[in-house]
Amino acid sequence: MTITAENLHLWRGEAHVLRGVSFSVRAGECLQVTGANGSGKTTLLRALCGLSPLEEGRVSWRGADIAADLPAYHGELAYLGHDNGLKGDLTAAENLRYAVGLRRRVSRDEISAALARAGVDAARGIPLRRLSAGQRRRVALARLPLMGAALWLLDEPGSNLDAAGQSLLAQLLGEHTSAGGVAVVATHQALELPSNAQRSVSLQ
Amino acid sequence: MTDARASFISAAALLAARDLRLALRRAGDSLLPLAFFLVITTLFPLSLDPSLSLLRDIAPAALWVGALLSSLLALDLLFRDDGQDGTLEQLALCGQPFAGLLLAKTVVHWCLTGFPLVLVAPLAATALGAPTAAMPGILAAVLLGTVALSLIGAVGAGLTLTLRRNGSLLALLVLPLAVPVLIFGARASALAIAGESPAAPLYLLAAFAVLAATLAPWALAAAVRIGLE
Repeated sequence: MTITAENLHLWRGEAHVLRGVSFSVRAGECLQVTGANGSGKTTLLRALCGLSPLEEGRVSWRGADIAADLPAYHGELAYLGHDNGLKGDLTAAENLRYAVGLRRRVSRDEISAALARAGVDAARGIPLRRLSAGQRRRVALARLPLMGAALWLLDEPGSNLDAAGQSLLAQLLGEHTSAGGVAVVATHQALELPSNAQRSVSLQ
Repeated sequence: MTDARASFISAAALLAARDLRLALRRAGDSLLPLAFFLVITTLFPLSLDPSLSLLRDIAPAALWVGALLSSLLALDLLFRDDGQDGTLEQLALCGQPFAGLLLAKTVVHWCLTGFPLVLVAPLAATALGAPTAAMPGILAAVLLGTVALSLIGAVGAGLTLTLRRNGSLLALLVLPLAVPVLIFGARASALAIAGESPAAPLYLLAAFAVLAATLAPWALAAAVRIGLE
């Protein structure tokens, strides 16, 4: 179970954002992609998702080009972008039920446990728009393990999180990789992860 | 990491339930196109000479211009919020057929904004002097027409997803494509009001709705994917 990026090139207008990026991340590994603002971290993650088409290069998952069967690939991937992908008019519990339910059956107990783990159980019945940005990010993090995805692609997952939130993120990533999952995390500040399988690549 | 996946049907049903729940919590947004349609169709009899024959002459045009403009007004609701909060991205990446999920969203959108027009069409038609005998024909035309308008409009809404002020461009994209609906719908309504059979334009309207239902999901998925790039 490996995600491989081979010689990725992508332009945004006149800007050559990805210039021959190549790496490979195996099961149990977490790759941190660091770089300054505008260096192409988000673009790289969106290209790995298949959301941004590449001008050159290819992304493969389990040895096959992701373009060959995009829905099957998406079924194995959990993506957390700059936006949380949650509805402000729904409660935390409703958000998780709808977001995770598109992929797999999820019970109320699983949702309650995930929210408690993320430290937002008290806010489970409150519309998300009434929560702080950090609490909303925690709800988005609570969604990740529930999705049952083998590949996590996380874009600045620590944004708006306090120290305890950062620690929760590190724990979740550690557990995911320990269970044989693969993670690629874009961040402008390297995360301190307990996993002994973490690597990093820097975009210029 | 290998839990049994949700079937497409259950995923689409869940998405529909989510959109219905969101619409109930923001009922004002969904009712706005309906109110607009009623205002438009009510203004015509108020602003014209109250002669029944004149009202009957302009009734098809008033009904269909009202339906077209109110469906255009409603399109802004379809993908705007999902695009802004990142949930559309999550839909594209959930591993379910994206075109099917977008079609489910469009069906819910029609239920919330198109079907209410069907329900109030007899009221608006009566205000415009249409006889009771014309109601089945008018209802059938508005039913088929609003389905086609929602599907065509959804593609336009997908194409203008990332534009900040997308209203004018959306109108420019959608209105020309909606011309057949306007022509066949207005013709069917006019024939029904005149006491003649509206079957021929209704068949054409139905064919147009089926064509839209067949092609729109794929065009819509491609349009939204471009918007998400």
